[in-house]
Amino acid sequence: MLDRSAKAYWAANVRLLSICLVIWFVVSFGFGILLLDQLNTIQLGGYKLGFWFAQQGSIYVFVALIFFYAWRMGQIDRKFDVHE
Amino acid sequence: MTELQIWTYALVGLSFALYFGIAWWARAGSTSDFYVAGGGIGPIQNGMATAADWMSAASFISMAGIIAFKGYDASAYLMGWTGGYVLMAMLLAPYLRKFGKFTVPEFVGDRYYSKTARIVAVICLIVISLTYVIGQMKGVGVTFSRFLGVSMEMGLVVGMIIVFFYAAFGGMKGITYTQIAQYVVLILAYTIPAIFISLNLTGNPIPQLGLGSTMADGSGIFMLDKLDQVVTDLGFKAYTTQNDTTINVFMLTMTLMIGTAGLPHVIIRFFTVATVKDARSSAGWALIFIALLYTTAPAVGAMARLNLVNTIQTGEIGAADSNLAMDARPQWMANWEKTGLISFQDKNGDGKIQYYNDGALSKAQADLGAAEKALKEAQDKAGDTAAAQAKVDAAKTAADEAMTKYMTDEKTKKFADLGWKGNEVTKVDNDIMVLANPEIANLPNWVIALVAAGGIAAALSTAAGLLLAIASSVSHDLMKGIFMPNISEKTELMASRVAITVAIILAGYMGMNPPGFAAEVVALAFGLAASSIFPVLMMGIFSKRMNTAGAISGMLAGIGLTLLYIFWFKGWFFIKGTEMAPNVAANWFLGISPEAFGTVGAIANFVVAFVVSRFTPAPPEHIQHLVEDVRVPRGAGAATH
Repeated sequence: MLDRSAKAYWAANVRLLSICLVIWFVVSFGFGILLLDQLNTIQLGGYKLGFWFAQQGSIYVFVALIFFYAWRMGQIDRKFDVHE
Repeated sequence: MTELQIWTYALVGLSFALYFGIAWWARAGSTSDFYVAGGGIGPIQNGMATAADWMSAASFISMAGIIAFKGYDASAYLMGWTGGYVLMAMLLAPYLRKFGKFTVPEFVGDRYYSKTARIVAVICLIVISLTYVIGQMKGVGVTFSRFLGVSMEMGLVVGMIIVFFYAAFGGMKGITYTQIAQYVVLILAYTIPAIFISLNLTGNPIPQLGLGSTMADGSGIFMLDKLDQVVTDLGFKAYTTQNDTTINVFMLTMTLMIGTAGLPHVIIRFFTVATVKDARSSAGWALIFIALLYTTAPAVGAMARLNLVNTIQTGEIGAADSNLAMDARPQWMANWEKTGLISFQDKNGDGKIQYYNDGALSKAQADLGAAEKALKEAQDKAGDTAAAQAKVDAAKTAADEAMTKYMTDEKTKKFADLGWKGNEVTKVDNDIMVLANPEIANLPNWVIALVAAGGIAAALSTAAGLLLAIASSVSHDLMKGIFMPNISEKTELMASRVAITVAIILAGYMGMNPPGFAAEVVALAFGLAASSIFPVLMMGIFSKRMNTAGAISGMLAGIGLTLLYIFWFKGWFFIKGTEMAPNVAANWFLGISPEAFGTVGAIANFVVAFVVSRFTPAPPEHIQHLVEDVRVPRGAGAATH
């Protein structure tokens, strides 16, 4: 029996947003700051990879993350029958 | 009147006519119209309005210049001012939309069942928004005066009148539609010159790709490698590598992110959409529209820096005729010298300009110049010449010492051997990188005029959003919520119009006479939003156990610690001379600068709130139900009070 309680819905939401926030942290603070020097040894076209993440890549990932979250939450809302 | 001025008046005038038209069309008929635009704005429209609301005069005019001169280190601003939207989309916006009220303090007051909590939130909101809006009003005045040749005061008054029309009559409704128009103006004004510059320099019309491309001069060398090489040759720090400490870049990025997520004037934009689902996707749309500018800015910064260096250092360092002659300065330099944004001084008298890093020499020379000027004034006005003379002598000794070090230090000796006697670009302001961009690239006059309209649009749209956040807090939270709960809707609507008018006048006045803290907007607004509003909202949604005592003590601890730290290094209430310690890295706690300290304040807020709430009674049953209710999308009606 599928647990459709409010508690299970909230747990699903927290799980999803935790995954998203891990990615959020890794691309910006990880790739763009903490691992900067290591990634800068790799080239992406004319960009050093760490520099690219810090000034371009992380922003693209942020946009993708929000839309992914909105889309997955829409599915979860319907699954738990709490959609508008 | 020159052709440029005609273009500028025409384009700026046209954009104003558009804003007036929208103001007339989008008049507010109810408090719901006034506070949340009736709650029926589509997610894409709201995303666009949010982008204009968020991107201020600083984003439009100053950011590319900051990137140009700081290189990688400025990434903190790029990631910080975009990454906050991820937090807002997942941790705050959907739940606050479900709560369905008009203001941020209203959520705090209801969730923590306490008028005190609501008042503390109102105070935080007003301090944050007012600091921020002063900078915008000043931005309006500055843009007017630079492009239209009117005085800054005049420009400010015109800006105030325009904001008054659409903000006071239309409230959130008028502001929303105006912001959509303003977004279109500002993004065109930003990207068109960027496309031309990228095309010029790299042959690639897309600036984001141009930045990673090879130079168009046929050398086959990557643009960023070329930039790194020319700046390091001139003794500057490499562009693409980190020069600040890792901890400070990290903490500044984090502070700007959680500060962004906690800015009330951005949060209330998400009260205007119809559903919780729309609130989630609207944050994504907002970030797309913001990213258009924020991913272009690094290209503008890097390319403008390379153009600037190449214009002055035209050939190999030390070769004959490889430096721009003073008399051969291009027209744009002369134009912007008049505004004081850039200045030159031929220190070695060779009739040419040298732009390079001379260590500490320039600073010592400038100090000496200032001391000599003070001495001359003292002599003219029969002041204390002895003291002024002593200062000149001291500055002279310091300048001599700097010169000796310059001549012998391995980093600068090679320049000294060429007969260079100090950096001759004595000032180059961040703002010039965007403002003079079209002229540097020889673009037509209408593009320059468009940049003026764009700068004004960026400043006005942010100012309007901030003023509404202030006015709705005063009329809805303080008047209706606390002091006069029985007023009718019609009276409240009237009160909110009066409140926004007063706020406009106050902001305009403070824009003309900026208090000391206006320049510290980044440290103050983001530090406070990060350490007070973001944690209290997040805990209100994610912790059912959080109670009044925890929330209030958390907010006070967060703001208190952050303010204390900022004031410690920048002076009490930013009054010069009251600093408790010099604002240098050696004195900072773990090497964290005051601008980056908001994260520590936020951590203090979370910890204090958690501990206090465990030792005080749990919130009543109906509050726990309220929290359960905001977590679920179904049942989100129109926003009401």
